[in-house]
Order: sequence, then C-alpha cells, then structure tokens
Amino acid sequence: MRALVVREVRRGSSGLAWLPMAFFLLVVALMPFAVGPDARLLSRVGPGALWIAALTAALLPVERLIEPDRVDGVLDQLALHGLAEESIAAAKIFAHWLTFAPLLLIAAVPGAALLAMDGPALAKTELALAIGTPGLAALAVAIAAVTTGLPRAGSLAGLLLLPLAIPLLIFGAANALLLEAAVSLLLTAGAPFVAGAAIRATRT
Amino acid sequence: MTLLRFEQVALRRGGRLLFEGLDLALAAGEALQVAGPNGSGKSSLIRLAAGLLKAERGQIERSLAALADDSLALDRELPLQRALSFWGSSPDGAIEALGLAELAPVPVRLLSSGQLKRATLARVAASGAPLWLLDEPLNALDSDGRERLAGLIERHLATGGAVLSASHQPLPGEWRRLELSS
Repeated sequence: MRALVVREVRRGSSGLAWLPMAFFLLVVALMPFAVGPDARLLSRVGPGALWIAALTAALLPVERLIEPDRVDGVLDQLALHGLAEESIAAAKIFAHWLTFAPLLLIAAVPGAALLAMDGPALAKTELALAIGTPGLAALAVAIAAVTTGLPRAGSLAGLLLLPLAIPLLIFGAANALLLEAAVSLLLTAGAPFVAGAAIRATRT
Repeated sequence: MTLLRFEQVALRRGGRLLFEGLDLALAAGEALQVAGPNGSGKSSLIRLAAGLLKAERGQIERSLAALADDSLALDRELPLQRALSFWGSSPDGAIEALGLAELAPVPVRLLSSGQLKRATLARVAASGAPLWLLDEPLNALDSDGRERLAGLIERHLATGGAVLSASHQPLPGEWRRLELSS
C-alpha cells in the first residue's frame, strides 16, 4: 500500500504535473477580462472565481488516474497481490491529493493577486481550499473509476464531476468551513467504495 | 497440497455459456495446460483462477497466485529492474533467469515485444507466489526464451509450485492437458 502511494506520487508529479495549475491560473486570468478591471468588483468575486478555477483544473488529471492502470493490467495485478479495490482507490486518492493540492494552494497566491484580493481574503480562501481539496481529489478518483473504459470518458467525467462538486463550491466560496469540512469528509470517506465497486465492475 | 481447485464451475461471458460442470485440481508440483480452439474460454479460465472473473456457478479455491497475460503492468518510464521491483522485492534472480540482466537498466518503454514477454514472466517468477497462471506464455518468445521458460517452470515445480497455462501450442516439458471445446 505504501509502495503504491509512492508510485502514484512519482507518476503524478512527473511530466505534466504543472498542467492543471497553469490551467487554473489561466481561468483566473480570464476573470478581469470577463468582468472588467474594476478592483473592487474583482476582489468581491475573487474567492468564487478561485473556486471555479480549482474545480475546472481538477478535471484535467481525471483521465490519467485510473484508465492507464486498467488498460495495462496494473489494477488486476494489485488485486492478485491481495489489495482490495477500495484500498487501491484510497491510496490513489491520497497520492492524487498530495500531487494536486499543494500546487493548487501555491498557484492560488498569484491567482489572488490577479483578482486584487487582499491578504486576509486570500488566507481565508486558502484555508477553505485546503479543507475542500481532499474531497475534490476523492471525487476525481471516483469519477475516473466510474468512467474508465467508456468512450469519451474525459467529457463524461466533466459532466459527472462538476455537479457533484457543487456543495464543495458553495460552502468553500461562502467560507462556511465546518460545512465545507463535512462535505469534504463525506466525499473522501465514500469515494473509495464507489471507486472500488466501479473498478470491479469494469473487469471483463 | 492442492493449490487450485475448481468444483462444478460454470462460466458465462456475454450471454454465452463457455463451459459448465468443470472440475479441476492442481497440486504442488503439477503443471496443467488448458488447450482448445480460439474462443473456447482458455483466457477466461485463467482469469477465473486468478479471481478476476466471477463464476456463474461452482466453487473456486486458490492459494496466492501470480498472473502473466497480455497486459504488461510495468511502469514504462522506469528502468526494467525498478519496474519489476515494484511487484517483488528481489527481482534480480528472475531477471537473470530470463536473460534480461543486460536490460535491467533500460527503460521498459524501449523493450521489444519478446523482451516485454520475458519481463512479464520475470514478474511472475519474482512474485514468490506458489501458483503461476500463464496465458499464452509462448507468444513472442524466441527459442532461447522458450528454453529459459521451461527451465524456470521445472524449477518452480520442483520447489512445490504449480503452473496453470493456457496455450494452443504444445508447451515444453511434462504437462497434464485439459481440452476445452468450443
């Protein structure tokens, strides 16, 4: 299990790990163009804009989370080594969070500057993002498992993930930290079972 | 000691009954070849034995197993030695036995298909599992590879292991045969 987490972190942080973050910053950079350069207005919509950018950036890695390992037989071999599919999913969620969340939190700093957000507002959003990202990572792995093997899995994953992430978005952008934590915890606790069942169901 | 036992097993794939009432027992030191025409359910039987498919009816008991089939399950960006050590802590003996020693530092993605087949067999040999499940192990292997595989299987059987292999070609060595009809 530890070896699996190490492997997932290595694969997640090699190559194009910065891609979701570049995407995140790009979406944030679109906001001043969309609503105009008024600093007061920008700083008011800032936290919400950061959250929307975070959700869309979370979609990018979905296709590499489960699909390559299913095609290559890695999931089968892990099962033969006696690892339950739920444990595989939990390891993948933890590793995905490790490679995704810290970079996102770092990218939120220049993102906040682009939206004319002040220090306290940035700190509050960072805290909400830190609480919400485990739920977001868990959701990404669960959706990746549910859509694996389907044609156009990437587009389908977007349609499934974004609505399910709405509670995270609402409580995160409103800075309702306890509710955000509750939703994040629920997603993190439930996702391994959803992903595990989905992995078993795709075996043929 | 029985390492694999099927009792009255039936398997249905895509609405079609592939076989039913299948009994099979594999004891330590035994090798069994599953033969039959294309589509008769050889690979499905291997996956059933691996616990990756569910039987429609019947009981399956198995000990710890290692599987080599068409899928590679090795990280392509890593050198062969490191990719194999993810699945077993000491793959060096198996790498040596399959003649891959010179390729140990080479990234997996650069290997040829015959070399990849040897690598999947090395993964099985390094697993330490008593039961080996080999699906078409001779595919893409050259004569040297076949000889090495035969030697590897012989040693595995002598040390109390068992091998179940699906193949439509004759395998080197002494094998019990199980014919599946289409």
